[in-house]
Amino acid sequence: MKKAFTMAVLVITIHAKRFEFSPNEVHLKRGEQVTIRLVSDDRPHGLSSKPLQLELDGNDEATITPTVSGTFKAICDHYCGTGHGNMKLTFTVD
Amino acid sequence: MDRRSFLKLSAASLGTGALLQFTPAKAALSHFARRNGEAPSPFSIVQLSDTHVGFNGPPDPLGTQAFERAVDTINALDPLPDLVLFTGDLTHDSEDASEHAKRMKTFQSIASRLRVRKRFHVPGEHDAALDGGTLFREHFGETHYSFDHRGVHFIGIDNVSAGKPMVGKEQIAWLRRDIARFGHATPIVVFTHRPLFDLKPDWEWFTTDGDEVMNVLAPYDNVSILYGHIHRAHHQTIGNAQHHAARSLIFAFPDPATTEEKKPLPFDKEHPFRNLGIRQVSVPSLGVNDVELTAREISGTEGIQQLRKGGTL
Repeated sequence: MKKAFTMAVLVITIHAKRFEFSPNEVHLKRGEQVTIRLVSDDRPHGLSSKPLQLELDGNDEATITPTVSGTFKAICDHYCGTGHGNMKLTFTVD
Repeated sequence: MDRRSFLKLSAASLGTGALLQFTPAKAALSHFARRNGEAPSPFSIVQLSDTHVGFNGPPDPLGTQAFERAVDTINALDPLPDLVLFTGDLTHDSEDASEHAKRMKTFQSIASRLRVRKRFHVPGEHDAALDGGTLFREHFGETHYSFDHRGVHFIGIDNVSAGKPMVGKEQIAWLRRDIARFGHATPIVVFTHRPLFDLKPDWEWFTTDGDEVMNVLAPYDNVSILYGHIHRAHHQTIGNAQHHAARSLIFAFPDPATTEEKKPLPFDKEHPFRNLGIRQVSVPSLGVNDVELTAREISGTEGIQQLRKGGTL
């Protein structure tokens, strides 16, 4: 009997608390599937990057495959207080 | 009947907001008398945005002075505008609900000095995103609604109180029902806080489901969307819709096309109302004039009087 093998997908966990992401710099590989997991530690946060088609909210995850190299900003798009606008993360796709 | 033949919309951003004048073409009058039972007639409205009452951080040391100046400016208009629309971030949020409520009362106190009695509000994220709009509703009523005024249908859209920049399926279904009774040539003014399109997503200048809202509005020929949030004037035509951002009454953001970082423009003590000053903005596709004023010697009431004379400065 053949065994079904599945490639393990890399999971990157990003913690969010007011008003920062940890880590706030994440490197991805172009063409490589990756699961981005958002953990909101204090109150609901969002993680949004239109170029990477990433839209997470609260405690959430999504699997993406970056197709373009470059540096892409992501923001918290779930309003979390007065420092919300400074909550940013940089994805670098090599 | 296309939008040009129907409605001439003059947009004069006052820095204090945007003065919009509706001048329907004659051909439209009988059409709307039949459709809505009320023929449109020329009138103006004022849009004010992002007063952020309670904000006390840099770069703005003026507090509510720009807001109060705006009120005085509007009160000097003759004739007065019919309506004043506030497009969100009336207050700056506070972790302390009683402090936030106090800021809403301060806002109401200043706004109540307006001689224009018909005032309408939608929330910004600083008003409603932390508590789902509870305090806003207590002070200002529902966060989305519609009404008719002299042949124009006005729709207030809430794209903040979900916490996310979104309108939501329930409100979009309401919108679809709300406009179903109107013909496609009906003039529609939507007022909301965030842009309903992807203006600058990594500055959070977007609404996640804004395209769904615009799809509902797409069959209508005469749609204007008034919004705030971006603290600068901006005008864009997408399909049949004209999107107009008003300036803030607290501080300005730079042009994202020429600036990497989103941070407020520095305060200029020599020109305290710079970027909050008077400005008339043209919307060429609607055939209006463009006059830009500065906030130097020509400002406030004087600036408005000059605008009303129809001259350029």
